[in-house]
Amino acid sequence: MRRFFAILLLAALALAPGPSKADQADDAFAALASTSFDSVRGGVEQLSASGHPRAAAVIGALQSGKLYFRPDRALFIKQDDGGYLHALTAAAIADPGTVKPVRVNNGIRNAIDAALGAMRLFSPDTATRLTAAEAVFHAAEAGALPALNKAIAKESDPSVRLRMEQARAAAILSSADSGEADRIQAVSVLRTRADIDARGFLASLSGQPPAVADAIAVAITAIDRKAQLWSVAQSVYYGLSLGSVLLLAAAGLAITFGVMGVINMAHGEMVMIGAYTTFAVQQFMRAHTPGMYGASLLFAVPLAFMVSGTVGIVIERTLIRWLYGRPLETLLATWGLSLVLQQGVRTIFGANNKDVDTPSWMSGATQLGGLTLTWNRMYIILFSAIVLAALMAALRYTSLGLRMRAVTQNRRMAAAMGIRTPWIDALTFGLGSGVAGMAGVALSQIDNVSPNLGQSYIIDSFMVVVFGGVGNLWGTTLGALTLGITNKFLEPVAGAVMAKIVVLVLLILFIQRRPRGMFPLKGRAAES
Amino acid sequence: MKLDRTAGLTLGLTFGIPLTLALLNQTTDVSAALHVPTYVIALAGKYLCFAMLALAVDLVWGFAGILSLGHAAFFALGGYAMGMYLMRQIGSRGVYGNAMLPDFMVFLGWKELPWYWHGFEWFPFAMFMALLVPGLLAMGFGWLAFRSRVTGVYLSIITQALTYALLLAFFRNDMGFGGNNGMTDFKDILGFPVQADGTRSALLVISAAFLCAQYLVARSIVRSRFGKVLIAVRDTESRTRFLGYRPEAYKLVVWTLSAVMAGIGGALYVPQVGIINPSEFAPANSIEAVIWVAVGGRGTLTGAILGAVIVNFGKTWFTGALPNLWLYALGALFIFVTLFLPNGVMGLFAARAKKPAPELEAAE
Amino acid sequence: MSEADTLLYLDGVTVNFDGFRALNALSLVLEKGEMRAVIGPNGAGKTTMMDVITGRTRPDTGKVMFGLDTDLTKLDEPAIAALGIGRKFQKPTVFEPHSVWDNILLALSGDRRPRFSLWARETAEEKRRIESVLETVRLKDQRDRRGGDLSHGQKQWLEIGMLLAQEPQLLLLDEPVAGMTDAETEQTAELLREINRTRSVVVVEHDMAFVRALDVKVTVLHEGSVLSDGSIDHVSADPRVIEVYLGR
Repeated sequence: MRRFFAILLLAALALAPGPSKADQADDAFAALASTSFDSVRGGVEQLSASGHPRAAAVIGALQSGKLYFRPDRALFIKQDDGGYLHALTAAAIADPGTVKPVRVNNGIRNAIDAALGAMRLFSPDTATRLTAAEAVFHAAEAGALPALNKAIAKESDPSVRLRMEQARAAAILSSADSGEADRIQAVSVLRTRADIDARGFLASLSGQPPAVADAIAVAITAIDRKAQLWSVAQSVYYGLSLGSVLLLAAAGLAITFGVMGVINMAHGEMVMIGAYTTFAVQQFMRAHTPGMYGASLLFAVPLAFMVSGTVGIVIERTLIRWLYGRPLETLLATWGLSLVLQQGVRTIFGANNKDVDTPSWMSGATQLGGLTLTWNRMYIILFSAIVLAALMAALRYTSLGLRMRAVTQNRRMAAAMGIRTPWIDALTFGLGSGVAGMAGVALSQIDNVSPNLGQSYIIDSFMVVVFGGVGNLWGTTLGALTLGITNKFLEPVAGAVMAKIVVLVLLILFIQRRPRGMFPLKGRAAES
Repeated sequence: MKLDRTAGLTLGLTFGIPLTLALLNQTTDVSAALHVPTYVIALAGKYLCFAMLALAVDLVWGFAGILSLGHAAFFALGGYAMGMYLMRQIGSRGVYGNAMLPDFMVFLGWKELPWYWHGFEWFPFAMFMALLVPGLLAMGFGWLAFRSRVTGVYLSIITQALTYALLLAFFRNDMGFGGNNGMTDFKDILGFPVQADGTRSALLVISAAFLCAQYLVARSIVRSRFGKVLIAVRDTESRTRFLGYRPEAYKLVVWTLSAVMAGIGGALYVPQVGIINPSEFAPANSIEAVIWVAVGGRGTLTGAILGAVIVNFGKTWFTGALPNLWLYALGALFIFVTLFLPNGVMGLFAARAKKPAPELEAAE
Repeated sequence: MSEADTLLYLDGVTVNFDGFRALNALSLVLEKGEMRAVIGPNGAGKTTMMDVITGRTRPDTGKVMFGLDTDLTKLDEPAIAALGIGRKFQKPTVFEPHSVWDNILLALSGDRRPRFSLWARETAEEKRRIESVLETVRLKDQRDRRGGDLSHGQKQWLEIGMLLAQEPQLLLLDEPVAGMTDAETEQTAELLREINRTRSVVVVEHDMAFVRALDVKVTVLHEGSVLSDGSIDHVSADPRVIEVYLGR
C-alpha cells in the first residue's frame, strides 16, 4: 500500500511544474535543521542553488558554527553578543528557546566551500570571481555544477572563465552521474591546467570508468613531464640569478685582473664597501629624507660606484703601481690590504651584520606558468645586465675606454702617443673597483652586510674570470652564468655544499684542460 | 755534508733553543726564576710546526716559483691523520664511553667505524697516512696542473680553490671527520698523556728535531743539481724546456715533497695544540704561511723558519695585548714586506754576505 | 741532393693565430752540415718557424720531419731538445742567478730526469767538457760570475755555449748578434763558422752585414712563406725581396 502511494506521489511530482524557488529554499531550510549530515549537506546544495537572498548569510553562519535549529525546524543564527537572529527573516529573537547547533562534517564543509564559492561566482568583482572559481575547483563538489554552468555562460573575462571551466571539470569528475564523454573532456581540461593541484586532484580520483582512468593516467604523466620542464626552468632561473650575482662580483675583476693583469685580492672588499655605502645611504635617508626612502637604492648605486672607485684609485696610486709586473707580490700586498679594510670597517661599523632594507618595489614574487620569479632576483639579473652593457659600452665607445685598451695592448706605444699611462692605470683600476662597489649594492639585497661579505665572493669571482678567460667580458659573462647554472643544477642532486665542492673540483680540472680559460688570448701576446 | 755558517747557526738555534726551553721546564721548580711555564712550551712547539709549513712553502715558492695559496691544506691533512690516531686512543674514555666510535660519531648515531678510520689506532699506520695523504693529493693535483702548464697566479688561484673545497668538505658532518667541531679532547699519545708537561716538552724537542731534519733535506735538495734546475725553472721555465728538461717533473717532485713536509708539520701540530678542525683549511691560513716566508726571506730556508717564528710571535703578542690591532698589523706587514723588504729579514743580513739573495723576478 | 742528406724538412706548414696566418704553407729543406740564414721583415714568420721546429707551437697543417723518420709535430719541447735540436732566443736567455759554470753544467747533454739530478755529482768528464765549451765561447775568465751580471754580448755567447754543451745536431739561432758591437759580431760569425764544421745551423738575422759575412745560402720569408732563396747576392738582387724587405 505504502509503495503504491509513494509511486503516485512520485508521478505527481514528475507531472507537476518544477518546484518554485521559494519552495526550494523552504525545503533547503528544512533540510538544514537536521542532525543528519546527509540532510544538511543536501540543504546546503539546495540553498546555494536557490538564489535565496538569505542563502549566503545562512551558509556563512553554518561555516562558522553559528547556525542553530529548534526541534520545530526553525533556524537561528547566533550573534556575537549572545542573541539570535531568525535565519529566514533576519529578525532579532531574544529567546528562541532550546536550540541545538547544526553539526558539520568534512563532506558538509566541502559543500559549504563549493556553495559559498558558487555564490561568489556571480560577484561583480573579477578578482572575487577568480578566487571563487579557484575555491570551487578545490572543493570539487558535484553540487556546484548548476551554478558553474550559469556562471560560465555569463562570464566575459577569459581567464576567469578558464578557471571556472576547470572547476566545472573537477565537479564533473566528482559527480556520480556524469557521462563518460564528459569525464574524458573534463580530464583534458585539467590536463591543460597542468599544475600540482590538477595533478593532485586527478591522482585522488577513484572509481572512474576504465576509459576515463586511462585518460587520467595519461594526463598525470603529461603533467609530470611538464612539471619537470618547469623545474628545469626554475633551476635555470636560480642559476641565472646566481650567475648574475657572480657576474656582478666578477665584472670589476675582469677589468682589473683581465685587462690590467693585476691580482686584486682586496676586490671583495670593494664589494663590501659598496654594500656598506648602501647601508650608510639608507641610514642617512631614513633620518633626513624619509619621503624618498623607497628610492634609496637608486641613490646608493652611483654613490657606491664613486666611493669604491675612489678607494680603488687611491689603492692604485699608493700601492699597486709599485708592484706592476710582479703579480705574486701584488697578490700578497692586496691581501694584506683586504685585511686592513675589513678590520677598518669592523672598527667603524662594528662586527655585526647590518640591516639593509629591500624596498617594497623589489620584494614579492610573480608567477610565470610554473615559475616563481622573485622580484629582487629579477632586478639583480636586470641590474647586472645593465652594468655589463654599460661597461662594454664604456670600454668600446668612450675615449677613456679607447685609451684603456690602448694601454693594455701596448703600453709603450700608448705612452709614445701622448697617453698619460699612469692616469689610465689609476682610472682603469678605479673603474673596476667602482663596478665592484655597484655589485655591493646588489649583494646587500640578498646577503648579510658584514665585514666578511667580500671574502665569500672573492674565490668565486676569480674562478669566474679564470674560467671565462682573461680579458674578455663576454667570457666573464658566460663563465659566470655557466658556473651559476651548474651550481643550481647540482644543488638538488648533491646538496648546496657538495654542489659547490663539485663545481670547484670541476673548475680545477677544467683549468688543467684549458689553462687560459674558455676564451684565451692567442698568439705571441699570450705567451708573455 | 759541509755546513756553512748560516746553516750551522740555523741548526744550532733551531734545536738548541727548544731543547733549552724543554730542559728548563722539566728540571726547574715552578717558582724558580729560570722556570719556563708549560704554555710557553706549547707555544714554542706550535711555532716550530708553523716553521715546517713555512719551509714547505718556501721550497716551492722560493725555489720553484710556485706560489701556493693552499699549502695549509696539506698541513691540515697531516693534522687530521694525527687527530684520527689521537681520537682512537681516547677509547672508552669519551663522553659516550664507546670504545670503538669517537664521540661525534655516536652523537651522529653512527653504528660502526667508517672503513677509512680503520688502522688509525695503530701509530705507525697513522703517521704513514700523515705523509701519504698530503703527498698523494699533492701528486695528483700537481700532476694535472704542471702537465697542462698552469703557472703563476692561475696556479695560485686554483691552489686556493683546492683548500677552499677541502674546507667546505671537512665542514660536512657526513665526511666522518667531526664536521664543524673537528677533533679534540685528546687523552694520550703512545701511552703518554698529551696534556702532561713531560709529554709537551718531549713533543717540543721532537718537533725541533724534525724541523732540523727537514731543513737539512731541503738544503741538500736546493744545493743539488736538481735544485739548480729548479731555480732555472723558476726564473726561465721555457729555457729549461728547450734544454731538454721537463719542468713539470721537477715541479711535481718538489711539490709533492713539500706537501709531505707540511703534513709532518700538521701531524706534530695537533697533539701540541690539542685540536684539529676545518678552520685549518681556511684560505687565509695558507696565505698567512706565505707571508711568514716573505717576512723571513723568500728563497732562503733559514728565512722561512725565522719568518714563521717572528710573525707568529708577533701574533701571540698582539692578540694578547692589542687584539683589535692584530689584523691591521698583519695587513700592514703584507704591504710593507712586499713593498719595502722584497728579500725579507734575510735580505737585510745578506747585504754583508758575499752573494746577494737570488734576485727574484716575476715567475712568469 | 739525396734524401739521406736531409736533416730538416718542412712541408706546407701553416699556423694560424686567431685568423692571422703566421706561417702560410711554408716549405724548407735543410741538409746535414748546412748553415742557413733566414731573413725577412717583422712578422714574416721567422720566430714562428722556430717555434714550430722546437715544438713550442703546433702547426695547423703541414709536416715537420727531422732526419728521415722523426715527425717533430708529435713531440714536445724537451723531447725535441733531446733529439738534438738546440735553440737560442732572440732575447738572450740564460739562468741569471746561476754562475756561468753552472749555466753550462745544466746545459750539458746527459740525463735530464729528477731522479738523476737529485743525486748527481760533478764528474771529471763533465768538468772537462765545461772547460772546453767555455774555451770555445771565450768565457773562461767569467766562470764564477752570475749569468745575470754578464754584458749583453757575453750573455749571447753564454747562450751559444749552452747550446754547444747540449751537443745538438741542429742549432737554431734567433738574432745572435742583436745588440753586439761590430767586433763582437765579427767574432760571432767566426764562432758560427767553427760550430758549423760539426753541426747544422739555422740563423735568423736582420743584420745584412752579418749575413753577408756568414756567406751561406739565404732564405727570405715574407708573410709566412718563402719569397726567395739562394746566395746572398742572388736574393739581394731579387726585385720582390727588394720591394718587401730591403726596400731600396
